[in-house]
Parts: sequence; structure tokens; C-alpha cells
Amino acid sequence: MSGPAILSAAAGVEALALGAGGPQGPKPRRALSRRNVFVYGTLLVVAVYYLLPLYVMVVTSLKGMPEIRLGNVFSPPVEITFEPWARAWSSACTGLNCDGLSRGFWNSVRITVPSVVLSIAIASVNGYALANWRFKGAEIFFAILIVGAFIPYQVMLYPIVIILREIGLYGTLTGLVLVHSVFGMPILTLLFRNYFASIPEELFKAARVDGAGFWGIYVHIMLPMSLPIFVVAVILQITGIWNDFLFGVVYTKPDLYPMTVQLNNIVNATMGVKEYNVNMAATLITGLVPLVVYFVSGKLFVRGIAAGAVKG
Amino acid sequence: MSQDRSGRPVRLFQNLNAKIASIPMVLTAVVVFVGGTAWTVLYSFTNSRLLPRFNFVGLDQYRRLWTTPRWHVAIENIFIYGVCTLVFSLVIGFVLAALLDQKIRFENTFRTIFLYPFALSFIVTGLVWQWVLNPTFGVQHVVRSLGWESFSFDPLYSQEIVIYGILIAGLWQGTGLVMCLMLAGLRGIDEDIWKAARVDGIPMWRTYLFIVIPMMRPVFVTTLVIIASGIVRVYDLVVAQTSGGPGIASEVPAKYVYDAMFLSQNLGQGFAASTMMLLSVVVVVVPWAYLEFGRRGRA
Repeated sequence: MSGPAILSAAAGVEALALGAGGPQGPKPRRALSRRNVFVYGTLLVVAVYYLLPLYVMVVTSLKGMPEIRLGNVFSPPVEITFEPWARAWSSACTGLNCDGLSRGFWNSVRITVPSVVLSIAIASVNGYALANWRFKGAEIFFAILIVGAFIPYQVMLYPIVIILREIGLYGTLTGLVLVHSVFGMPILTLLFRNYFASIPEELFKAARVDGAGFWGIYVHIMLPMSLPIFVVAVILQITGIWNDFLFGVVYTKPDLYPMTVQLNNIVNATMGVKEYNVNMAATLITGLVPLVVYFVSGKLFVRGIAAGAVKG
Repeated sequence: MSQDRSGRPVRLFQNLNAKIASIPMVLTAVVVFVGGTAWTVLYSFTNSRLLPRFNFVGLDQYRRLWTTPRWHVAIENIFIYGVCTLVFSLVIGFVLAALLDQKIRFENTFRTIFLYPFALSFIVTGLVWQWVLNPTFGVQHVVRSLGWESFSFDPLYSQEIVIYGILIAGLWQGTGLVMCLMLAGLRGIDEDIWKAARVDGIPMWRTYLFIVIPMMRPVFVTTLVIIASGIVRVYDLVVAQTSGGPGIASEVPAKYVYDAMFLSQNLGQGFAASTMMLLSVVVVVVPWAYLEFGRRGRA
């Protein structure tokens, strides 16, 4: 492939153009230097490796079963068919029922939307209270919350089963929404607390002088100023909750399973002939929502995970 | 509202709205995180089976846990997986970040490609790699059809190397995140450091190894803690890719806990195993928190 050569040639041309005003800036590099070949070569090889599984998913989901049995996972489809997609969506079997992924998809929507809204509503108000309305003891609870984010979920799995059973929500979507809100709280609260703390205090004081209270300042001052952080939180929560498997399988019943659980049941069903093309179509459909969020949000996603990364 | 002697409302009602807003946080912290953890640790000393019952049996569950072969396999696996994930994702993540930091073109494109697996769930990751590593159609088949007839690579069907099959998928999913963190760290290094090193004629690799990496210590520590706390939780990936098989060769602690609690009605074992998981996290997180926040407190 001549890709790297072209790339580095272009880089060299630019370096030359920049240096036209006289001898300044770094020494212009030769386009095909060993360094450039090494850098771009390595990056390209790694990029191909990272893209391969996505490519395999797409081509497999577009092939018919006879073609899969003849070829290998990397060979492009000869005859493109969308039938596997249709089957994955509406008639793939999980061992319990045969209505495909659509049921799981709608369950996931019914789980994700309220969970995202509830968790962000709670965490943003909470972060606002922690940043601007400090009261004695608040920091202690916040510290517990942050340390708690490191506790393996398995430790709290059963106590939550008991709590949900006591309040009559075990096995319901509402219960699962509550669980997602609880476990989203540490990182989201941290995110909002840090953001609100960075808003100039004069604004807050001015609003207080004008007679605005706790909710007034939140709605009229903080909310309009913090759209970016809300977007980051939404991205973080949509991908996190959509991709959850453990909570879905523990706290809901089979007919309410989210998409990830249903996908796993379809692909790893022990009965019947393995239909690899339907399986890959189903896998791709399940991955599509977070992928679309990822590709559309771009830099904001990176900000989201960077924020998630500093949760220590 | 009752008044105290100074004529102001009782302290409990000061700042009342903020306290109301913090109720969910307080409940989560106290009831779920502290209460739930304490409850699980406490009940790990009982012989609860189908339902939790407080029938104190001391360390019996732990004794049984550490004599169960399945738990030994799980511990061995998580150890191999953990060490390899730490080493490989740090090395690969750093090298990729260093390459992207060379003022290259299409940096955004490359970064997007390296990071997209992180947006996918472990279930999707596990299922894709289950298919790519399928011995009849996947990598092994392709290499054989290229002429290397005796080539054998079927990690998901071989007890000895199955954990490395899972490792490949795990690295594919998580290295992008490490790269992003490292890139942020590299961007935080002062440009003058590079210039000074170049003036002194220090080769690039030595600058990285002896100047830049030591300067990035905080980034490395944070990344380490993030990777480590992710490793302990590994569950969905194994369930999707191998369901713990072949046999019990790819069991991990998180799966042992789930199976004991919800499949084999052996709650006590599940509590004991999850307490062991907690212990391993404490061993990692407490020294780190002490180093990071203890130091900051003194400064």
C-alpha cells in the first residue's frame, strides 16, 4: 500500500510551504524518512487490526449461510443479503422465545431513557449542592460515594436484591432504573460538582443578592451555563447503561431483559444450528447505538471518558 | 420552625434545600455502599444457601472457597489476565499515544479508530472475537488456507490458552482508553523539556524512558488504578466469549460469585467470594489513595 508514502509526502510539502518565509522552525523533514515510514506504518497496521472485527461483523452479517461455510470470516460477501438482519431483528431464537432482538431493543430503550434522565437529574442537583451550598458533613458522604465507586459490583449485588424486594421493585424495569441511577451517581456527581465549582462565584453571589434561592439559581443560572457538561453526562450514561449486562441479568425477568442479555442468549443458545450471519447481524445491531453515539459525539466522548477516568 | 437561643433556626434546617438535594447521595453512600458491603461481609460468615440466614459458621465458607478447584482456576485466570492486561495495555497504549504525539496528520482519524471498541459492550466484544477466533472459519482457517497446514490457533477451544483468547478481546476493547489517557498526559509535558533534551543530544527513546515517563507518574498511577479496578470486574466478556469454558478453564471470580448466588443457590459461597474480590480491590486502592491524597494533604 502506498498510503503512508502519500501521507508523509503531503506532510513534507506542508513543512516546505511553512518554511518559505526564511530559515525558521524545525529542520524540514524528508517525506520518506525512516521515521515517517515507521510512525505511519505502525499506526496503519494497528488501525487495520482495530478495524478488522468491525469489518468481520459487517461482512458476515451480509452473507448467506452456504457462503459462510465455504469461505472464511474475512472474505467479502459475493451475494449481499439483508435477510440475516431481518431475522436477527424479528425472529432469532433465544431458547425461550423466537421474537428476535426487537424485544430486547425496546426493553433497553425503556431502561436507558429513564435511567439517563433520573441519574443526571439527581447527580446534577447533588453536584450543585456540593459545589455551591456546602453543609457540614456533605464532604464525608461524597468521599464515601467516590470510594464506593471502586467496590466490585458483586459485593453489593445481593443486598440490592433484598432492598428491591422489600420495596416491591425486584424484577421490574423501575427497579433496574433505580440501580443504574445509584451506580451512575459517583462519577456523575463528581463531574457536576467539579463543573459547577468552576463557574465564577460572583455570579452565584449576585443571584443570591437579587433574592434567588437554591432552585432559582439552579434553574436560571447553572442550567443554562452547563449545557456541555450535560451532553458529556448523557453520552457517558447512554453508552454505559446500554452496554450493561450484569444488572440487567440480575434485576430483571427474562421478558424484560435488556438487549445485551438477549443478544448473549441468542448467540450462545445451545439449541439448533448456529447461524453465524444472524448472530453477527444481531451483535452489530446491539453495538450500533453506542457506536452511533460515539461517532456523532466525537471529541465530547473523549471528554466524557477523560472525566470518567479521573474519578479517583 | 423551632428557634434556638441565638434566634436563628436550628442548624438542622439551615441550608435545607441542599440537604434535601443530597438525600439520594446520602442514601446511596450509607445504605447501598457502606450498608450493602457490610451486610455482604457479615453474611459471608454464615451458611446461607437459598436465602440469607444468620447462622454463624465462622470462616467455613472461606475454607471451602479456597479448597474449591473452580475458585483456584478463577484466581489463576484473573491473575494471568490481570498482569497481562496491565503490562500490554500500558505498553501498547503508551506507544500508540507517543506515535500520535509526533505531530502527525490524521491524528483524529487514528484516535477515533483506536478508541471505538471502547464504546462497545463487553458482550459485543466477546461475541465478535468468539467468531474471529472460531477455528473452523476464523484466523486459524485463514492461515491454514494460505498454505501453513499445521498452523494451530484455537484459544477458545483449548483449556491451556483460553484465557489468552479472552485477553486478546479485552485488550482490543480497552487499549484505546489507555492511549487517550496517555496522550492527555503527553500533551501536558512542557515543550521546553523536549527542546532541552534535543539540545543536549539525547536520543528520543531515552528522552521518553528517562525524562517523560517519570514526569508522567501521576497519569500512570491513575491509569493503573482504572485498569486494575476494571480487571477485577471482568464478567460479561467471559460470559459472552466462552461462558467459562471449555470446562471451567476460563472461570473468573466475578462469574464464580454470580453462579454461586443465582444459579447454584449457594449464597454463603457467593458472599465469601465477593468479599475476597473486595479485599483485592482494597489492597490496590488504599495504598493509592494514601499516596495520592495523603501527599496532597501534606502539601
